[in-house]
Amino acid sequence: MILIVAEHSGGKLGKATLEMVTAARQLTEGGREGPITVLVLGQGVAGVAGEAAAVADQVLVADNADLAQYSAEAWAAATAQIAQEGKAHTVITPGSRSGREYAPRVAVKLDAPYLEDVISLQVSGAGLQAQRYTYLARVTETVQAEGSVIVVSAKPGSFAPAAPAAQPGEQYDVDLDLPPARVSITGKSVEKSSRVALSEADVIVTGGRGVGNAENFGRFVEPLADNLGAGVGATRAVVDAGWRPYAEQVGQTGKTVQPQAYIALGVSGAVQHLSGMGKSKYIVAINKDAEAPIFKVADYGIVGDINEIVPALIEASKR
Amino acid sequence: MKILTLIRQVPDAEARVRLSGGSVDLEGTTVVMDGMDEYGVEAALQLREGGAAVDEIVALAIGPKRNEDVLRTALAMGVDRAVHVETDERLDAVALSKVVAQVAQAEQAELILVGGQEADWDSQALGAATAERLGWPQLTWTNELKLDGATLSGRHDVDEGNESFEAALPAVVTTQQGLNEPRYPTLPNIMKAKKKELRKDDLATYGAAAKVKFVGAEIQTRARLNKVIDGKDPQAAAAELLDLLRNEAKVIK
Repeated sequence: MILIVAEHSGGKLGKATLEMVTAARQLTEGGREGPITVLVLGQGVAGVAGEAAAVADQVLVADNADLAQYSAEAWAAATAQIAQEGKAHTVITPGSRSGREYAPRVAVKLDAPYLEDVISLQVSGAGLQAQRYTYLARVTETVQAEGSVIVVSAKPGSFAPAAPAAQPGEQYDVDLDLPPARVSITGKSVEKSSRVALSEADVIVTGGRGVGNAENFGRFVEPLADNLGAGVGATRAVVDAGWRPYAEQVGQTGKTVQPQAYIALGVSGAVQHLSGMGKSKYIVAINKDAEAPIFKVADYGIVGDINEIVPALIEASKR
Repeated sequence: MKILTLIRQVPDAEARVRLSGGSVDLEGTTVVMDGMDEYGVEAALQLREGGAAVDEIVALAIGPKRNEDVLRTALAMGVDRAVHVETDERLDAVALSKVVAQVAQAEQAELILVGGQEADWDSQALGAATAERLGWPQLTWTNELKLDGATLSGRHDVDEGNESFEAALPAVVTTQQGLNEPRYPTLPNIMKAKKKELRKDDLATYGAAAKVKFVGAEIQTRARLNKVIDGKDPQAAAAELLDLLRNEAKVIK
């Protein structure tokens, strides 16, 4: 059995789950045994389970008040328990912040090797071989693991989302022994954007310090993003300056993105930022400094003043 | 209460990464204390300076001989003692956590601080795997941290924003940007650090073996088009860029 832990939010199945199903299908085609099983953890997750059933061979649903709030300990305990009971040989979690937080605990519980944040995955002899980025995403490493069970987290955006299967999978309810919560969450601030989420955006418009100030994000970055149906990103310097929320930060300490087009306005291109966006299909740089490192990785660039170029882009992109 | 702070030595972010014989070769590369680990060292010092009952702060590095340098830096920043498990062996995070957990137990540490994702292995697993081995809770991506008696509180980033939390020690905390501003070691403290204990340990005593085998590495520099448009005529530049994105790259409509 290949066990996938569903990622979901707001009662909706995340794209990451569909991507993990694709990774799992590649493994079954390579000879690893199915069924492809999706585990849905949470409370009030019937809708999520239904969406998961469209792509998976079977869906295990733990609809439990103790899982209403995500916690690494509970998710790890639940996943390890199901993996053991179902004799899973592969466990796949999303490479999200939370996925990469509980997956190592699952690996320790199962005494299993852990392939983290993989961008490719294939069957190799009795085990699995994977590629992943290291050194601030400047190096692509190939790693291999063998064992009766292997834990994997899959980097978002690395696998195409799975199309629905010919037949929906069966759904089963599961009971779990969960550890008592030891971390209490005393407040939560959800940073929502009315725009498309960075992890799902085909186009991202990111502003760097060269945008000038917080107001200029409203004048330049947001209108251009809206015209292009794009998500809005920001560099660390911009977030540190308080111009934009952390949720928009792209880079080593923020989000890793891989859109079709990444449009960087006034971004210099520090290596920590490149590690978060360097795998974008097309990179566009607009900066008045022709020597900015961002131009070295750009497909298209305009050397010019944002105050002049971006209004022209906003106007031209209306059409 | 003892704090264990974990340190990795990584290439300086601006340093060029080279490969030789199919793996990253750090020979001749400037190596430094990982930035995210540095927030952890600073956090330990600030907790003590802020009045928490911290008896001792111990820095731990697992890696080749040159790791002594980052441990000396930590000692110069103000940690009390250092442990170096010297090895040239390449261990994955889950394997390394076995060493960390045993050191933590031997030292009777109650709080472990480690960077959220270090700049060499791009892994977030060490803190979580160590917490699991010890049976402790973990708080990852922390950007605010207080210690009152045996109660930790603070704030950390999660998938969709951030959370305030409270948890009782013992715990593992992973650190990141925003938590603090790490101090620079002063010359007198660098001199003092030379006299502080830096204990050497043998990896063999911990029974940790890699479960993930390293096969190879490559630097994939994607060939970029590098088409640069002069922005002197903003309207023409904007029109040209949109045309390229629509008709050549076909990434916008």
